[in-house]
Amino acid sequence: MKPARFDYLRAGTLAEAHATLAAEGEDARVLAGGQSLVPMLSMRMARPKVLIDIMHLPQLAKIESDVNTIHIGAGVRQAKLLAWPEIHERQPLLAAALPWVGHAQTRSRGTICGSVAHADPSAEIPLVLLALKGAIHLSSRQKQRRVSAIDFFTGMMSTARNDDELIEAVEAPCRAPGHGYAFREFGRRHGDFAIVACAAVAHADGVRLAIGGVADCPAVRDYPDLTGTALDDALDEFAWELDARDDLHATESFRRNLVRQLGRAAIEEARRCRA
Amino acid sequence: MSKAGDKSWIGRSVERIEDLTLLAGRGRYIDDIGVPPGTLHAAILRSPHAHAEIRAINTEAARRARGVVAIITAAEVAKLSASLVVGVKAPIECWPIAVGRVRHVGEPVAVVVAGDRYLAEDALELIEVDYAPLPAIVDPLAALDPQLPPLHEGLSSNIASDRSFRYGDPQREFAEAARKVSVSIRYPRNSCTPIETYGIVAVYDPAEDAYDVLANFPGPFSLHPVMARALKVPGNRLRLRTPPDSGGSFGIKQGVFPYVVLMGVAARVAGRPVKWVEDRLEHLCASVSATNRVTKLEAAVDADGRVRALSFDQIEDVGAHIRAPEPATLYRMHGNLTGAYDIRHVAVRNRVVLTNKTPTGLNRGFGGPQMYYALERLMQRVAVELKLDPIDVIRCNLVPTNAFPYQTASGALLDSGDYTRALDVALADGGFAELKKRRDAARAQGRIYGIGCTAVVEPSVSNMGYITTVLTAEERRRAGAKNGAQATATVAFDPLGAVSVHTASAPQGQGHRTVLAQIVADAFGLAPNDIRTVSEIDTARDAWSIASGNYSSRFAAAVGGAAHLAAMRLKEKLARTAAAQLNVPPAEIEFAGGRVHARGNPDNSISFARLAATSHWSPGVVADDDQALRETVFWTPPELSPPTEADEVNSSLCHGFIFDFCGVEVDRVTGAVRVDKYVTMHDCGRVLHPGMVAGQITGGFAQGIGAALYEEFAYSPDGAFLAGTFADYLLPTSTEVPVPVILHVETPSPFTPLGAKGVGEGNCMSTPVCLANAVTDALGLDAIDLPMTPAKLAAHIHPAEQAPNRARGLS
Repeated sequence: MKPARFDYLRAGTLAEAHATLAAEGEDARVLAGGQSLVPMLSMRMARPKVLIDIMHLPQLAKIESDVNTIHIGAGVRQAKLLAWPEIHERQPLLAAALPWVGHAQTRSRGTICGSVAHADPSAEIPLVLLALKGAIHLSSRQKQRRVSAIDFFTGMMSTARNDDELIEAVEAPCRAPGHGYAFREFGRRHGDFAIVACAAVAHADGVRLAIGGVADCPAVRDYPDLTGTALDDALDEFAWELDARDDLHATESFRRNLVRQLGRAAIEEARRCRA
Repeated sequence: MSKAGDKSWIGRSVERIEDLTLLAGRGRYIDDIGVPPGTLHAAILRSPHAHAEIRAINTEAARRARGVVAIITAAEVAKLSASLVVGVKAPIECWPIAVGRVRHVGEPVAVVVAGDRYLAEDALELIEVDYAPLPAIVDPLAALDPQLPPLHEGLSSNIASDRSFRYGDPQREFAEAARKVSVSIRYPRNSCTPIETYGIVAVYDPAEDAYDVLANFPGPFSLHPVMARALKVPGNRLRLRTPPDSGGSFGIKQGVFPYVVLMGVAARVAGRPVKWVEDRLEHLCASVSATNRVTKLEAAVDADGRVRALSFDQIEDVGAHIRAPEPATLYRMHGNLTGAYDIRHVAVRNRVVLTNKTPTGLNRGFGGPQMYYALERLMQRVAVELKLDPIDVIRCNLVPTNAFPYQTASGALLDSGDYTRALDVALADGGFAELKKRRDAARAQGRIYGIGCTAVVEPSVSNMGYITTVLTAEERRRAGAKNGAQATATVAFDPLGAVSVHTASAPQGQGHRTVLAQIVADAFGLAPNDIRTVSEIDTARDAWSIASGNYSSRFAAAVGGAAHLAAMRLKEKLARTAAAQLNVPPAEIEFAGGRVHARGNPDNSISFARLAATSHWSPGVVADDDQALRETVFWTPPELSPPTEADEVNSSLCHGFIFDFCGVEVDRVTGAVRVDKYVTMHDCGRVLHPGMVAGQITGGFAQGIGAALYEEFAYSPDGAFLAGTFADYLLPTSTEVPVPVILHVETPSPFTPLGAKGVGEGNCMSTPVCLANAVTDALGLDAIDLPMTPAKLAAHIHPAEQAPNRARGLS
């Protein structure tokens, strides 16, 4: 379980990182916290020619916020955001979801943007960005662009990032007046990949529910203020649409049932939290 | 024996000698130890197929790869070594590398030896193997099919052993009994996954045709002759050493032994020392698994719940090879098939089958989890079917208090115990009545809550002859009787009168050195800190025998006992020398506080150190018989006799008793099990170190939780291995393991020098079935197989799913 040969570049400037990405394309991989990438290297499931370490670029290691949005730079570790004193006030859904991301040990190294780049179907951070209508800031030597979360996650561990781009930051909207947020997850053990994860945002006109862990990438639905059997039917339909599959940890039917039950619990909690 | 008064170190939770080193990260594990200059590193190419013929292996490109020194395939292994000895009388071979075909995912196919592990793994990718896949046999019941082609050429089917036993008159009892109750069990594959994997540094000396191997091998050293014969050298030309520290084993590290042979051959071919450290992927797919077992167990029962007879039909799946010491998992419990119960009539049919799965071997509990899952599920079924209280069913069947030592129907000699008292104390002190109220309250609220209980006899100190029960009496006569369990200990004085202890016990963190220091300190009236202990093994220098090593919970009872005996021998000699100097009879010599004095006259004394050094400096003043420098004791208990002509076997020396009960709640939404309360009562004889006993119980309990709820080495029907990483093979972590309530009663063993029994494995036997009994009670299920995953339990809670109403269209 040793990686194949690769070169390591500690980027001294963002331009250097961009230049290497432009030159090497898909043969280059950005190394941030390394919590998913390094095991993949060790198992030789990823075989880049060059790793570009961006963790020594101070301008990427920032959390910036105004009244509307939070910008989380590519160098921000999950533990840093979780420990950010303003996180509960600025965005309660992020605060609720972050403790479910791996373990304290992996959060102390893993980055927010790294989780987004990796795009594991059960990952909490992509799910929350989707629920919040967040966005991803990409940059390359040529240009910068902003991609909304709904367009960014395109499939099983695949995203809209081009080979010459890196994720510079992700953006999440701050808590909005009159909105309520809730997060629910079930895994086999504390810190495991989610079998089903739910993020709900309740607002004046209805509710937005995102589900992770079931389909190839997180999925989201917007509902008017449904209750009773109408809500049951909507959740049932969502559950079936996710194309759940059997694996070692759960059956498809079990997953659908958790979508219905945890989805409903998340929606009801988000409504109660609507301030 | 030292007095058990206030001065005794035994029985106190003294600080562990090991911990300052281990907790500060200064342990010396195999990967920390320097290697000889020029040492090369090995990587192993492993089979991706469950079953395939190897048509050809092309190593040309790999041989030319950077840094590669040698490549070893079956050709080299077959030339330089012999098949490992197999424990059943069948014409089958067992090699440490695939010969001709692969029989399980992960089976070694080739070894690359290179300048470092990275280069070795680079070269692995260049080896081309032409496989012709064959159908895989995965289900042990399928392996019974005589029509399926045998996995091994020497066999006519995939049944490697089929033995039936009868004790008492089970046929009559079944005919006469009021009721018959039965259970059918499929016990899954799992293992106790040590944090440190296998590791070896192998050196071959062509001048003396000798191997010198450092390996984190824990024993049993009965495998040393197996390795030496495979390497085609006499035992004195295989020097096997163990590192001072080993990061867990739970028996699993026994499975490093085929790799000792493989790396010995690799070192010989390469002409340089070879180091190999198994990685986690290799460990999970190809180290050692506990056996999976299909059991049908039936009881002949009286209307009051008294069990008159048992009938076992056990089908043991040892995987792709019968690797030594298998099929020991099936026979380790053979004397204890009746558990904690007084049942005089037993019928047994034991079949050992081969399948396309990883070969099995030692694993904490070793046969106990499989056997007790059937027996204790059965006892619960007796209660349910006869509408009796499960506690009453256990109680009325327990071996009576006045019956010890008690010989079971199949030959075990239960050394001591008071099972009824232990049960009563557990129910009272563990709060059983309160737990029943808690269950009733939970159920009244519509919650899914259940109570389970189980009684277990925990065997320890294995009889090295029990495995021969797999042979017929006639075969045993021809092979020569095997029995016993030689334990060794050496105690020595240096010229400053300081005390050293060596045992061949190869601990993996248990704290052997601390307990040895307590035992020997008590003998000499010293403090544990005065004693230095060494517990690693060097077969070229140390006293050892086939039973040496760390397995079958033998340390406290056997090794600790041997250390006590060695210290007492020296003490008697010192007492006589002191008596001459202090001018009192030897019987009046006392050892206390670092001095040796006349009883009742502390001023008439000499220092212990001066007395202990006498035989170094002034042997002339010591009688010949009293020279006290170094004493090695070999101790084997006479109770461990070979199996009888009637196949009765005292499979273990000591038998602890466990009674567990628990309350669990099953989540109505997720199906997840929450252990609300767990009480575990132990009688492990005399407790030498309460803190370590609690550690052993807690560790076994955690692994019992794992087996019950999380862990399975799962295979797909085509033999693909599904649990290849720790994201698939789930171990409980500290957040999943509640703290059990641990209770004790003590009935010292009359068969061990200190009255101690083993305590290391019991909860691996009791906890999985105790939890299963609680979950079945909660959900009202007749049967459940492990692991009890949320999805499996939820299927019993949730109503059947309706097909979606697609007519509404997408929202």
